[in-house]
Amino acid sequence: MHRLGFSAGSPQVRKVYRCRLYLSKLFHWGLSSRIEELFLPVHFHYHEQMAWFQRDKSPLQTPVHQEKRVQTEGLFTKCPNCENVIWKKELESSLHVCPKCDHHFKIGARQRLEFLLDEGRYKEFDAHLKSSDPLHFVDKKNYKERLAKAVKSTGSNEAVVNAEGTIHGHPVICAAMEYSFIGGSMGSVVGEKITRAIENSLDSRKPLIVVSASGGARMMEGVLSLMQMAKISAALARLDEQRVPYISLLTDPTTGGVTASFAMLGDLNIAEPRALIGFAGPRVIEQTIRQKLPEGFQRSEFLLEHGMVDAVLSRKDLPDFIADWLVFMGNGKSVSGSKFQVPG
Amino acid sequence: MNTKVKELTDLKERVEELPADATAEIATLKQLIAQLESDPVGKLTAWEHVQLARHAERPYTLDFISRLFTSFHPIQGDRKFGDDPALVGGMALFEGEPVMVIGQQKGRNTKERLYRNYGMAKPEGYRKSIRLMRMAEKFNRPIFTFVDTPGAYPGIGAEARGQAEAIARNLRAMARLRVPIVVTVLGEGGSGGALALSLGDRILMLEHSIYSVISPESCSAILWKDQDHAKEAAEALRLTAKDMLSFKILDEIVPEPPEGSHTDWDEAAALLKQPLLRNLEEIRHQSVEEMLTARFEKFRRIGEYLE
Repeated sequence: MHRLGFSAGSPQVRKVYRCRLYLSKLFHWGLSSRIEELFLPVHFHYHEQMAWFQRDKSPLQTPVHQEKRVQTEGLFTKCPNCENVIWKKELESSLHVCPKCDHHFKIGARQRLEFLLDEGRYKEFDAHLKSSDPLHFVDKKNYKERLAKAVKSTGSNEAVVNAEGTIHGHPVICAAMEYSFIGGSMGSVVGEKITRAIENSLDSRKPLIVVSASGGARMMEGVLSLMQMAKISAALARLDEQRVPYISLLTDPTTGGVTASFAMLGDLNIAEPRALIGFAGPRVIEQTIRQKLPEGFQRSEFLLEHGMVDAVLSRKDLPDFIADWLVFMGNGKSVSGSKFQVPG
Repeated sequence: MNTKVKELTDLKERVEELPADATAEIATLKQLIAQLESDPVGKLTAWEHVQLARHAERPYTLDFISRLFTSFHPIQGDRKFGDDPALVGGMALFEGEPVMVIGQQKGRNTKERLYRNYGMAKPEGYRKSIRLMRMAEKFNRPIFTFVDTPGAYPGIGAEARGQAEAIARNLRAMARLRVPIVVTVLGEGGSGGALALSLGDRILMLEHSIYSVISPESCSAILWKDQDHAKEAAEALRLTAKDMLSFKILDEIVPEPPEGSHTDWDEAAALLKQPLLRNLEEIRHQSVEEMLTARFEKFRRIGEYLE
């Protein structure tokens, strides 16, 4: 807008934007980038001929939005997707899913366990395991400080919570990752805890559910983090051989070494809507290929389309879906099943 | 460093021609030489190791294969999508015995580098790798893998075809393969892309090779928010063969020619032969079940934490 030499709200600009909006609605997203290519030169042309005024001061800041936020702080939250203002109580009752646009907010490991397991009840195990900072890693901050801060802010000792509970009465072992603990990154402790969850599952023959939310291996523990991928995958090989069910739930975001090991190895890989899931992060790919990535790339629906996940499910449907599959994977014969049906 | 050793050796020879009153000086020099000769690697910085591991003249996988094996017959394709020139593999004879060899391959010149995609394999590469491993298992032949890659390729197609899934599946499958797997890191052991060939009974590393969860450059970009701290990052990441040994990930460090593998490819390959033979023999002393248990335990133990 600035380039055009008109003020933001001028009729010319509004016309141009309405036109662009109309075009982008008409065309598939794959084409829209090309439309932009066609369209932009027109802008520039327009600009060269019509730039009567040039703004040399920055636009006035309207204080309205800020005032609103101050008044409503704590009670309302803004959906990062549709930008609608949502009453926090409403958000909580909808499992932290935006009631307007179905955006799935990131949730913590404990909240995840509460949503997934019957009556929100679970028994935690292996909670005491802590990182020893094996590399004495120091970058701009030191790793020990990062750990202490994460422990304080999440109330967990590490980026995964191991738990035992039931889903529709089926006993399960569930490991849920905590994204707010150093980006859910996997170091020695996460690797050890998930391996122990697998071994617990193997010994008890209770199905295993791992909920991923992680940026990948934790740099601050170097190659020890990388090797956790091998450790967990080797443990999963035994679980697979012993035919104990394993369901991997991928949530926003799941990337790097976590995707390239246990998150992709479920008998079922299921994901929440619009979760970022991939091996390399989008920024790394953009830097490598030197071009912008298409909209929707590496989102759950993209993986569904490419056959990498079995289903994309709303948060509220997860227990029903998992429970029905646990019936299929278990020994029981006659069951009533849940009320869950695939829409359409 | 090595030139310094030579200088001192020369000096030592000259010194020995001197009369007896220079004994004290000679003794000091001798000690210095012994020190330098016994531990030249320890004197290199982590960043120097990174540079040696990426040296443009360093022998690559095919250079080692042609010197260590005979009758190498590379084969192609994952039977699902395509072939990946960044990852080579096929049968070969090792001391007359049929074996499977698999490894990442870098290119020597610009054209070849592009063809080999800088040694960065795509999902089809990893899927070819596991196909070849399964074939080795079927015909009961041992597997040698050679690791030399900056990492698995981060690209649109690679993501769409399931780079993560391909690596994950390899890891799980390799854990249970019923034939011996000897892994050798030749140069760069870059992250998940290297790990996908590394879940074996033995892991050997050439003296100047590296193994890292992330490249020092990327680590610098993420943690220091700029590209200028790669040297510090290399140090902090603890990525040298010695570090791997101290973490009990590595089984053996294979010595390189005095000034690095790039100075003498034949010597570099010759130095690797006995370690490969010996490690294979050691694995073969076990029954298949013992071997699988030991392989599992090897990785199960990795990690340091407080309980």
